[in-house]
Amino acid sequence: MPGPHLPFLKFPPVVPEVLSLKNIHKQFGNLHANHDISLSLKRGEVLALLGENGAGKTTLMNILFGHYVADSGEIEVSGKILPKGSPKASIDAGLGMVHQHFTLADNLSVLDNIILGTQPLWNFRLQRREASDRILDLGSRFGLDVDPNARIAELSVGERQRVEILKALYRKARILILDEPTAVLTPQESRTLFKTLRQLLEEGLSIIFISHKLAEVLEVSDRIAVLRDGKLVMEVEVSKASENMLAEAMVGRSFKMPIRKEVPAGESLLDFDKVSVLSPHRLPVLEQVSFSVHAREVVGLAGISGNGQRVLADLISGLQSPTSGQVSLYGQPLKRFHPREMLRQGVGRIPEDRHGFGVVGDLNLAENVISEVYKNPDYSKMGFLNLKNRQQFADKVVQEFDVRGVKNHAPVRLLSGGNMQKLILGRVLLQNPKLILAHQPARGLDIGAASFVYERLLEAKMQGCGILLISEDLEELLRLSDRVLVIHRGKIKEAGKAGSLSTTNLGLLMAGRQADAS
Amino acid sequence: MRLEPRSEVSPVRFILAPVAAVIASLLLCSGLILWSGASVFEAYWMMLTGSIGSSFALAETLSRATPLIFTGLAAAVAFRARFWNIGAEGQLYAGSLMVTFLGTGEINIHEGLLPPILFMGSFAAGSLWLFLPSLIKIRFQVDEVVTTLLLNFVMLLLVSLLLEGPLKDPMGLGWPQAAPVLESAELPRLVQGLRVHAGLIIAVILALLIWQLQIRTTLGFEMRAVGLSRNASQFAGMRVGNILLITALISGGLAGLAGYSEVAGLKGNLTLDLSPGFGYTGIVVAMLAQLHPLGVIGSAFFVACIFVGADAMSRSVGVPNYIADVVVATSLLCMLVSMLQVKYRIRWKS
Repeated sequence: MPGPHLPFLKFPPVVPEVLSLKNIHKQFGNLHANHDISLSLKRGEVLALLGENGAGKTTLMNILFGHYVADSGEIEVSGKILPKGSPKASIDAGLGMVHQHFTLADNLSVLDNIILGTQPLWNFRLQRREASDRILDLGSRFGLDVDPNARIAELSVGERQRVEILKALYRKARILILDEPTAVLTPQESRTLFKTLRQLLEEGLSIIFISHKLAEVLEVSDRIAVLRDGKLVMEVEVSKASENMLAEAMVGRSFKMPIRKEVPAGESLLDFDKVSVLSPHRLPVLEQVSFSVHAREVVGLAGISGNGQRVLADLISGLQSPTSGQVSLYGQPLKRFHPREMLRQGVGRIPEDRHGFGVVGDLNLAENVISEVYKNPDYSKMGFLNLKNRQQFADKVVQEFDVRGVKNHAPVRLLSGGNMQKLILGRVLLQNPKLILAHQPARGLDIGAASFVYERLLEAKMQGCGILLISEDLEELLRLSDRVLVIHRGKIKEAGKAGSLSTTNLGLLMAGRQADAS
Repeated sequence: MRLEPRSEVSPVRFILAPVAAVIASLLLCSGLILWSGASVFEAYWMMLTGSIGSSFALAETLSRATPLIFTGLAAAVAFRARFWNIGAEGQLYAGSLMVTFLGTGEINIHEGLLPPILFMGSFAAGSLWLFLPSLIKIRFQVDEVVTTLLLNFVMLLLVSLLLEGPLKDPMGLGWPQAAPVLESAELPRLVQGLRVHAGLIIAVILALLIWQLQIRTTLGFEMRAVGLSRNASQFAGMRVGNILLITALISGGLAGLAGYSEVAGLKGNLTLDLSPGFGYTGIVVAMLAQLHPLGVIGSAFFVACIFVGADAMSRSVGVPNYIADVVVATSLLCMLVSMLQVKYRIRWKS
């Protein structure tokens, strides 16, 4: 029972709970996706939901939104029990979700996207004027300025996210759930988002903030709940939380993030000299790009996705050749661009899309492990595979790179993301590459697996490797890189030594502006 | 209702899938048999005895299975690499044309050399007929389903033209048929007086070879990898285009050998009705075998049983032998459903 609101008394006021989850339990086969989870959310509060992939965050949100039905347990919104398995009831109860991958129709206007599905089917006159007014009103109240008539395709990522939030507010959401909202934003855009969130809280909304970026969680939330293996393992006020403690709660054991050691860089391994690439539509994707990667050096390439990283990675992977300019490996100009040639020259490649490019999901581990080397005399003679050596190589990868969950002939698509990445990492590093292209090597990995990947990459650097690290995660870039480049609209700028950089300045460069001198 | 992917495919389910499909199709077709006024049990019994009930029936069935093993292998090899060769029918005729060119005495070849030359020639002819569609598939992404299918009709018209013209047998009493192959070119009969011939042995050996190729060689590994993921294979350094081309050439060659086996082993000469759709039936054979080369032997035998047995059935209980086509076609459809069941679990309730 909510008590009276008496701010003049000394003891903390009783704040009404707007949402409470009681003993939620959900099982898929043998897997307890949610195990007896009880959580509550107060009015005007930000609750951060932390957890690795597969910890049960998504399942919990799906239950909340009626996409799944919990095996047992109840949900109350503002004291009323929420009917199970009805997305409509959840929306009507005032729940609103902003997905990580936006659910907007690119070729419709902001207005159309927002009112889509809210208009009665048999009302021929769309109430566009009223809707437009409401959107403008909501926008000015919460600092979410978007032109209702702009087409989604013309908007930046940050603006699209605003539209998503407006969409939820338009449907009278009182509880907003944000799933990894900063994953696609620059640091500046994140700031703006946090400001908006503050305004929403002042208006009495409540927010559930799902993330795995610890620094950010500590910054925006009031309370933090950590899920692991479907269980609620920690619930803590933000004032009592530390980054280390949260990380350990998420992973379930103590561990250390590897720390980079600065060593003098060696000779130049990879040189780009005014390299340009045109898209099939003759549009420039890379423009006059020049940079180099040296031995014993990690060069980080920062940038918002879609600014030419893909093509750059394809060039170094050998999937694409440049339109003009010269790429040199170890001082020799490259003439043929083919994955096999790159492998022959000692270029190890960790692709961005591990499912699509890194592994053949339906082949087993041993087959995937030799997929780059099966023509070497160790693994085949006269066209016949040496199955014994193949198994040895596979065992070596499993052992040295701690790949878990392997069954001998099971397809690798059944491996978790972290274990799949360890497989790829093992395949690359055991070939003793001189140069490594690591494209988002820790994307979607839990902290434990990510720190493992970082450690192995830094080890390779100490052994003389040059590494080009392409990433959108600034924390990762600053942790690993000795030097940082920034890519924006196909052009690359040197940002400087990693030690001298701030995320703010990098953010400005990523948005195509000059860094502040300060 | 929705489909939920199974995390693991059990081998038992994998093997039971075609069995279940066959039983389901026989059950479905029993409705048609009832409709035509015969007893289902009797009809199927006649089908069984008519296909394997006597040494004569068994030999007929085996001789019918022979070309189906070739075309089934052709489809299985190509489909495994996700190259959809629907043109085995045309490639079969290409092979038989080559046998006719080389093996009827028009060209002087030493007697002992004739069989291996015909073998290689028909293989090459089948390959060649698939070369163009695979080339434009690889270079320009032209859909091979369309091109290979259409080339079947081109080949049939070409054969028809040649049989009415330059290849017409002068001793053929005016029938549109080519001259018979020389005696030295013929594939020997396995049993005196029965039609089953050495082509069956060749087919079985090839199935074994292809099985070994798939599991033991780099080429087999490449073919599977390319079939499962073009992107990942290319990323790993495989030359996807070359691998697809080689796959296509092997597939076309196998279908070409079906033509060799039919002309040199069974019919003796090329006619326009050499193949009652062996190329297309090969697709069913490959699917029922789950694209496994050894499975192809079994499923070709089954399909041959249905066709030969249906003839016997129609003679004795009066059900038209078109029922064979219906059974085979339904078993393909049932196979698609049961393959779905192997990979997914059907949930009726959300």
